[in-house]
Amino acid sequence: MPPKPPQASTSSRSFSLAIAGSGGAGVMTAGTLLLDAAARAGLYGLMVRTSGPQIRGGEAAALIRISPQPVATLDDRFDALLAVDWQNLNRFGDEIPIAAGSLLVGDSDAGDAPEVFLQTGARLVTVPMKKSAKAAGGGWVNMIVLGLAGTLVGLPAQALEDALRASWKRSAEALASNVATLQQGIAMAQGIEGERPQPLAIPAGGSGAGRWLISGNEAAGCGALRGGVRFVAAYPITPATELLEWMSPALTRMGGSLLQAEDELASVNMIIGASYGGVPSLTATAGPGLALMTEAIGLAVAAEVPIVVVDVMRGGPSTGIPAKSEQSDLSFAVDGLHGDAPRLVLAPNSIADCLDTAEWTVQLAEALQAPAILLSDQFMGQSRSVIDAPRSEAKPAERLVAEAHAPGYLRYLDTPSGVSPMAIPGTPGVTYTADGLEHTERGIPSSQARDHVKQLDKRLRKLVQYDYGPRWADVEGDADLAIITFGSTTGAVREAIARAAAQGTALRLVSLRLLSPLKPELLAQALAGVRQVLVVEQNHSGQLLRYLRSRCDLPGRASGLHRPGPLPLRPGELADAFIDWATAHARTGVPA
Amino acid sequence: MTRLHKPGAQAAPKTLTELMGQALTMEREAVARYNELADMMETANNPEVAALFRKMAGYEQIHVNQILADMGWADDVVVPRQSGFWNTPESPEVVPIEEMHYLMHPWHALQLALAAEQRAEAFFAELAGTAASEAVRQAAEEMRQEEAEHVTMVRAWLDKVPKPDDDWADDPDPPRYTD
Amino acid sequence: MNDMTEAAKLTAADFKSDYKPVWCPGCGDFSVLGAITRALAIIGRPPHEVAVVSGIGCSSRIPAYTTCYGFHGVHGRALAAGAGLKAARPDLTVLVTGGDGDGYSIGGNHFMHACRRNMDLTYIVMDNHVYGMTKGQASPTTEPDWDNKLMPGGTGIRSFHPLVIALAAGANFVARGFAGDPNGAAELIAQGIRHPGFSFIEILSPCVTFRPEQRAWKEHIHRAAVPETDDPARAARRLMTDDGFNVGVLYAGERTPYAKKPAASATLTEIEEEFAL
Repeated sequence: MPPKPPQASTSSRSFSLAIAGSGGAGVMTAGTLLLDAAARAGLYGLMVRTSGPQIRGGEAAALIRISPQPVATLDDRFDALLAVDWQNLNRFGDEIPIAAGSLLVGDSDAGDAPEVFLQTGARLVTVPMKKSAKAAGGGWVNMIVLGLAGTLVGLPAQALEDALRASWKRSAEALASNVATLQQGIAMAQGIEGERPQPLAIPAGGSGAGRWLISGNEAAGCGALRGGVRFVAAYPITPATELLEWMSPALTRMGGSLLQAEDELASVNMIIGASYGGVPSLTATAGPGLALMTEAIGLAVAAEVPIVVVDVMRGGPSTGIPAKSEQSDLSFAVDGLHGDAPRLVLAPNSIADCLDTAEWTVQLAEALQAPAILLSDQFMGQSRSVIDAPRSEAKPAERLVAEAHAPGYLRYLDTPSGVSPMAIPGTPGVTYTADGLEHTERGIPSSQARDHVKQLDKRLRKLVQYDYGPRWADVEGDADLAIITFGSTTGAVREAIARAAAQGTALRLVSLRLLSPLKPELLAQALAGVRQVLVVEQNHSGQLLRYLRSRCDLPGRASGLHRPGPLPLRPGELADAFIDWATAHARTGVPA
Repeated sequence: MTRLHKPGAQAAPKTLTELMGQALTMEREAVARYNELADMMETANNPEVAALFRKMAGYEQIHVNQILADMGWADDVVVPRQSGFWNTPESPEVVPIEEMHYLMHPWHALQLALAAEQRAEAFFAELAGTAASEAVRQAAEEMRQEEAEHVTMVRAWLDKVPKPDDDWADDPDPPRYTD
Repeated sequence: MNDMTEAAKLTAADFKSDYKPVWCPGCGDFSVLGAITRALAIIGRPPHEVAVVSGIGCSSRIPAYTTCYGFHGVHGRALAAGAGLKAARPDLTVLVTGGDGDGYSIGGNHFMHACRRNMDLTYIVMDNHVYGMTKGQASPTTEPDWDNKLMPGGTGIRSFHPLVIALAAGANFVARGFAGDPNGAAELIAQGIRHPGFSFIEILSPCVTFRPEQRAWKEHIHRAAVPETDDPARAARRLMTDDGFNVGVLYAGERTPYAKKPAASATLTEIEEEFAL
């Protein structure tokens, strides 16, 4: 069962803050602990990381949003920016938008805040962060910042302390001094006078029970395990490496294994081999790696071997912007194979959804004996979120396998569903040779027209005739104007739609999870009564818009709102754009 | 102790020109290295240490200018490189790059600069002791005295900076944030 | 060393760009950059006649830190791009640079064939026994028992010996250097550039962030006990006792380098005559 889509409500507030500083400041740890503490207090939250180009120790910021409701997007601006030092933080001017009404907190000894922040009119206060850390327990300065930040948000001191204790891996002595420093930070927050952003109301009796703290990469890996993956071939690439690193020990503990490959050509061929042997298999990569894998994905199509390839999308093309998010591999995923090569492409639309959709993708690949590309992205993959723990049991995939000595066994039998039983090595009486060459139903290579058409039809039919159920998309609302999107933009789009609704503009949302095969008839049902659609995506050329236009009859004159990475689409700018668009398409019938 | 080169006497300069050529190379390499380290620390958002290295580069540049003036050489004079100039992989006066740490304190930087100046002083002392001629011996002794002055200067700066705590290299954020 | 008034030749500074490296302070690659710029100054060709081709990784950032023509390509394919460049433009001095992951893992196939092809290229690998840019996975030269997140407990796989592969595959110049001796490395690189055919120089370049224990390498580095040889069999025997820390030239051979393209000898019209009836 997919989780219920979060009710984005403009009436429930959120608190957004950024914790920034350079090497040694420990801002990422502080951010992770803050998120943890929020979870313990019964709140939801999201943490996004950003850093400079240095390999280690450069400027970095944790961007955090906390709310009583599930959080799937950053807000338009930050309520507070706490900086241990200001070194090169001007580089984050675009990523940390603040305004008059925001609070800037800096170290009294750290010099001037960058102009890009001061000119917004935000209020600057300075506190002796490093000095206080030394004086109060001698713990790290990020404990002061954690105490300040947590208190500004309104988190109970106990939750902050619990988060710190739970994460602690060093000596008891060092823990004690850091707890003392944390408490000093909490006290210092109370000492900040004057205007400050309103803290959140903490739910009474709130706790982290039934919640998980997880990143998109971890969620996808966990979902794959739930789906039954027991072999992974791995080659490191930003931003997918953590998915593979998380899976490695988990797989081993479940009796599976991970093999580090020499490159992506090897890793994709390895998982085809493993899957041919009967073991559900997966690899994870990013755009450049997926590009290398395409020949073998075509092999998996032709030989009908199930595999899952996770593409954690990043800025492209080519080497692009490795540590930033974008949704620009869509065209490539749905169309980028030589020959007529239908394949599955699915896209989770939140960090929580990474878990469920990864599991579903494994189930589909195995059921349909086809390769599946799971389009995640850096924003979800490398961000952490507080999510509801999965409510259902894991449901491992089921592959249709041939029975021993099945009489007249034909591996590639043209069945009505298009799915033919697959013989697993070790099963007597049904041996066959899998082949990328076009083949007869028996699997013998063939250049005959009738065999080619038969197999092409089979491989297409098995995908398009399958009943994917309600998960193929999230469809919300019944307005006659619709916003279509996919992947991580869904969070911002959902919130933007809620804001537009509060201002009197009703919009329907369609967030596509199943991108290939595309189901025009399902989309038409979802768009019943819709006059105009706006396709929102994070890429330069409007890939989803062009894809939908080329395969479906969209109502009216479909238009697109697309912008490439590295900056995320934010709910406020989307809401403004949606209202403008809706106004232009008002029921007077005058087109834009 | 590296075993890259045979320990023992380096190729001793036979003439004043040779000696001053070696000295010029040493000072130039010291300037270049201190500037390189300053750049490195600026990139690492460690401006205090960067400024310190920049200052040292400035002092070494004074030495460079001194040698050029004394010998009547142009700015871009080329000193042909000899093997066995010194019996360490790099000039005795440069701070090795491997000693850098993105979290280093001014105290660390000054300790490294002190060691470099002491090595330079010892280098010229040895040359003075094995000099083939009086002119070479005297020049080497003068260079030794200049380096000794640098040692004193750096020691004085050291007295003014606090010694870092034992956990100075502790970064709460590990290299990979998923740790 | 008598004439101190030689006209100013190129210096290492002429080959360093003003784009500051983003490497971690203490990284061995700073020294290798110094060695490369020093070697190019020794060779004496102006920066615009030199090309530096790289793949992906920390050390592959090097081209932009020089004033030469640079090509920062895709992961593992620098030798292919470099071969193409040299084949089309044999007049240029072409250096290919990268790390152990880029060069021996994804680039392994191209490494073997580049040695075999023996084109006049110089390949410098900054080997730190780790994937640094992706934050700490084992590379082919990593020890089998090095614990890491992707393969906990270590890969359990014997590490790759690049000098053995280079010699066996046909490289004409095989050497090893150390970032802790940038002048020595510069000499090796200059010698490699001058030597005809494919010159392979592996430079051990410690990673301060993911392999801080490599600071101890300088205790193990030592000059090879025997001089360089032009006999592949002798070089192969030497490699059998190589502890991975021998520095110097292993092999400087006489293997036939890849033939450069000949000068033009016909016009298009002459060529098209083949089709005329």
